[in-house]
Amino acid sequence: MVARPVPPATDPIEPAASTPITILVNGERRAGVLGQTVAGIMLAADTLTWRTSPVGGRPRGAFCGIGVCFDCLVVVNGQRDVRACQRRARDGDVVEFEGPSQSEGE
Amino acid sequence: MSEVVIIGAGPAGLAAALSASAFGARVVVLDAADDVGGQYWRHLPPERPSNHESLLHHGWATFQRMREALAADPNCTVVSSAHVWAIDRGAVHVLVGEADGSDRESRVYRPDALVLATGAFDRTLPVPGWDLPGVFTAGGAQALAKGERVAVGERVVVAGAGPFLLAVAASVVATGASVVGVYEASRATRLVRHWAARPWELAATPAKARELVGYAAVLVRHRIAYVAGHAVTAIEGRDRVESVTVSALDGSWRPIKGSERQLEADAVCLGHGFTPRLELAIAAGCRLSDRRFVEVDAEQRTSVASVFAAGEITGIGGVDLALAEGAIAGHVAAGGGIVDPALRVEVARRRVLRRFARRLARAHVIGENWATWLSDETIVCRCEDVSVADLAAARSATRSSGLRSLKLVSRAGLGPCQGRVCGRTVEALLSARAPEGRLGGASTDRRPIAMPIRLGELARDHEIEAGIPVKGQG
Amino acid sequence: MKVLIIGAGIVGAACARSLARRGATVTVIDRGAPAGATSAAGEGNLLVSDKAPGAELDLARYSLGLWASLRTELAAETNGAFASFEYQPKGGVVAASGEAAAAALSRFAEAQRRAGVDARPLSVQEARALEPELAASITSAVHYPEDAQVQPAIATEALLASARAAGARVLAHTTLTGPLRDGAGRLVGVTTSNGPLEADAVLVAAGPWSGEVARTLGATLAVGPRKGLLLVTARMPQRIWHKVYDTSYVGAVQSDERDLATSTVVESTASGTVLIGSSRQDVGFDGTIDVAVLAEIARKAIALMPFLAEATVIRAYGGFRPFSRDHLPVIGADPDLDGLWYATGHEGAGIGLAPGTAELLAAAMLGEPTAMSLDPFAPGRPSLREVA
Repeated sequence: MVARPVPPATDPIEPAASTPITILVNGERRAGVLGQTVAGIMLAADTLTWRTSPVGGRPRGAFCGIGVCFDCLVVVNGQRDVRACQRRARDGDVVEFEGPSQSEGE
Repeated sequence: MSEVVIIGAGPAGLAAALSASAFGARVVVLDAADDVGGQYWRHLPPERPSNHESLLHHGWATFQRMREALAADPNCTVVSSAHVWAIDRGAVHVLVGEADGSDRESRVYRPDALVLATGAFDRTLPVPGWDLPGVFTAGGAQALAKGERVAVGERVVVAGAGPFLLAVAASVVATGASVVGVYEASRATRLVRHWAARPWELAATPAKARELVGYAAVLVRHRIAYVAGHAVTAIEGRDRVESVTVSALDGSWRPIKGSERQLEADAVCLGHGFTPRLELAIAAGCRLSDRRFVEVDAEQRTSVASVFAAGEITGIGGVDLALAEGAIAGHVAAGGGIVDPALRVEVARRRVLRRFARRLARAHVIGENWATWLSDETIVCRCEDVSVADLAAARSATRSSGLRSLKLVSRAGLGPCQGRVCGRTVEALLSARAPEGRLGGASTDRRPIAMPIRLGELARDHEIEAGIPVKGQG
Repeated sequence: MKVLIIGAGIVGAACARSLARRGATVTVIDRGAPAGATSAAGEGNLLVSDKAPGAELDLARYSLGLWASLRTELAAETNGAFASFEYQPKGGVVAASGEAAAAALSRFAEAQRRAGVDARPLSVQEARALEPELAASITSAVHYPEDAQVQPAIATEALLASARAAGARVLAHTTLTGPLRDGAGRLVGVTTSNGPLEADAVLVAAGPWSGEVARTLGATLAVGPRKGLLLVTARMPQRIWHKVYDTSYVGAVQSDERDLATSTVVESTASGTVLIGSSRQDVGFDGTIDVAVLAEIARKAIALMPFLAEATVIRAYGGFRPFSRDHLPVIGADPDLDGLWYATGHEGAGIGLAPGTAELLAAAMLGEPTAMSLDPFAPGRPSLREVA
């Protein structure tokens, strides 16, 4: 475990109780709490990548964290091109990775 | 009663809203996030309350005060999750709803005055390996720490340029991660020359000084090395970050041969300053300065009548300057004047803070030879996988110094981020290699569609014209 | 023969190549960088489908044949530097909704067929087999297998690189300031921001700025700007296989409407994005990206292909087409000013028509026989002589 959530029990800001939610990521259940973004839930489970770049197939995930770089795009409930770092997760959200785009060139 | 629309609810936008309202305007604040605060006061959402969130912030009390004042103000309406995607001849086109949703509510505002307070984001110079998983922008790591309570790694390297690196290191430490070191590319002599040239100016900005001293104390307490004149010049790992190479730099940021050291790390935070968010200002027609910020006069007026700008889009200056500029912009946008007694304090503060900002800019200016740490394979445009060698090939095949054609030939800057991350780097790399250093006057800041929009939402844009709502009247 | 070409867009680039390969000494000047204006602002259309029988259609068919061979020629001539300019001979599908549109399309296609165009009428089922995402409202369609597409900025740079390889010189950031004339009044070169440049012939290939350039040189040519806007989506899995138009496209290209006209064209590009166009506005050189126009383009595109409602638009861009009042290109010598030539006025068809235009122009300028008559494109025709 490298990227991880700050454990609430030892977090100096003393978080109050939170509401657990579950989302489906490529069919796999991921636990989170209400108020987390999709990227937040992924990173809290040390999942650093969920997309590949269109030409080189390089792994991409959260990079800028503030909605600028568009590295973190996912499909949420069937809708493409959603920035995972900007979208608050809702209980039952179905998240899929964006498959490779068409890119045969000529 | 005049109607003022403010874009951005960071420090500058919040200050502008309160001062415009205080002068008697009706105010609408539009912000893309789902709560106010901007990047500086990025915080946990209301669904995740805590007892001491203030521990993660500077000026938290100021923010709380402003937020409460705004909420209680009958003449101010904050529209959160408001994505401004175009400005066309004074009309502000907004989608209200989830980020990257569809079927969001479409609104058009035509205010008497517009205040742009759109802020800035990290400028990140590419480094070999910077697209490995585990590399984040400095601001990204901080946003994840403050807004998600996520630690980006166990052993974290913070590198780049500017005092913001200290804030990022403090935020990362506060997630329980250990910071291997903070590597500042500017050399100590340069820092001392500009930081300490006129110490009385630092003394005149006590809030800023306190903030910096606070960060320094965190570094000391956690025994974190702050190393000036050094950079992360390569990032290594198979599937994710495993180590970094740190090199000493000369004054032009050229790595000094033989100085390389490899350090184990599992996350890297990179930031080399900030890029202003200029697309809306450009769409509004505002003139930019030679240094590529929105040009404003003493009253924070841009070159376009009734359009004002405040905060980082007028120059990188930090939170206190943003607050002062915002207060002045809001007051004048509402019909006030710069000589009004209400602005006396803010105008004086702005003068001092701008001098301070200039010193910071000089101390941390990007060295002209930074690109010598790139390899041919280093990715420049992360969206379209365009490497240093690809850019060079486009240059040599076309022998062109025209940015538009070079972008289309190489595809650099054509992906979903539309050059936000790589634009200035692409310009710098191409311009450095162009015989005349010219790029046809083009820039990568122009984005007529300021935020992606679904075609279906665009098709519905004409249907609703939003007036400025007043609380209590529905 | 020394030829000076004003304008490094696709027409100037193609003319530079054709002339240099015939042995002319060619210099191309551009006030900006090459491929930076109209040639970087369009879809890269190589079309027969939108052209009624006549001289322009003949030129288009000639030119499309040249494009097909340029694909391999340019790669060889540039030593592989331009192995691809995204040439896609994908064909076009024009779809009609409603009886009136279907009848008009059918008549148009029939006339084209008689002129030799491969225009194949499709039933709704056949159309849907080619383009499964077509709207349910479609009542008929025509398939044009000859329509093709290139990436126009890359194609322009490839033509220029080939011209350079054949000895042409390209001077960017060089602004025309006036004519050089000899004692007899003949044009013998131009003055520029970088000094005088002498030439036996001066060729105006300045696209929508050709009228201005002609005026600077002391001539009259009624060619000006016609603005167009386009949308670009994020990359997506391919769901559009041809260039797909509604029938208003056919009408708009030949329209004299001065106000806004939009007509729909949607297509996938080699990189996986979708281009959505387009508009025509006569508003001078006002480059504003009008939201109302974009919204109109979006509505029509969704009417043609409803799935596009969910597509993510990441960019809008605009440019100016070189517009002549009779919608025909201008190719040939100025009737009054000896030494002045034109290759311009192609409106939205310049990418497709560039290679043909260049071959005809080069042959005419060097006194060789031309592959087809240049009379319909003569710069002396009356509609070009009155400046609006």
